[in-house]
Amino acid sequence: MTQLDVQATRFALSETGFEIAPLRAALLSARAGAYASFEGWVRDHHAGRAVLGLHYQSYAQLALSEGEKVLAEALERFAIVDARCVHRVGELAIGELAVWVGVSAAHRDAAFAACRYIIDETKARVPIWKRERYADGAADWLHPSPPPVG
Amino acid sequence: MSRLTVLYFASLRDAAGTDSESVEADAHDLRALYEALRARHGFVLPVERLRVAVDGEFARWDEAPRAGSEVAFIPPVSGG
Repeated sequence: MTQLDVQATRFALSETGFEIAPLRAALLSARAGAYASFEGWVRDHHAGRAVLGLHYQSYAQLALSEGEKVLAEALERFAIVDARCVHRVGELAIGELAVWVGVSAAHRDAAFAACRYIIDETKARVPIWKRERYADGAADWLHPSPPPVG
Repeated sequence: MSRLTVLYFASLRDAAGTDSESVEADAHDLRALYEALRARHGFVLPVERLRVAVDGEFARWDEAPRAGSEVAFIPPVSGG
């Protein structure tokens, strides 16, 4: 398990499994009465197909800057103290942690809302791609269509 | 003509068979550059489903290709 340099950046990519405890500890603050986190895990099925594992590829330079932008937006929009997000890249097995978001805030409403905002925007905007390997031997990059507008 | 570097990701990388290539671009904008490379490599995704980035920042499709720049075509993302 890698210990990430939690002070360096709010958004990070990790090529190996990482420890959550130090990330959470970095958010501790006397001003915070609430902490909310989200963990995305690798699931064994997608759209009715059995999934054996997956691979995340990123455009690291743009993923890091866009991820920082998402976290800066969350700090601006919600009454939170701090926030972090770490996304795995490379080969992942079923059950592994794929993405982690943590938010500290004075009160829980803002912590939950910001946590939701960060994971939703990360999924929608940050240049990271998932390739699933299926039990039937096939493998596919997922390029989801955006939800219909309105 | 401007010589620039193109970066490919995910299904585009698989279709092109490389993560990057140096190209001589005579296209008038980045949209036309993608269309030319789409024809060359048989990319399935239409330009409407992609975003484009130049030198690590999101850019507009109507920008002209710049010599020496690094152009990345960004297929629909699927992190998280």
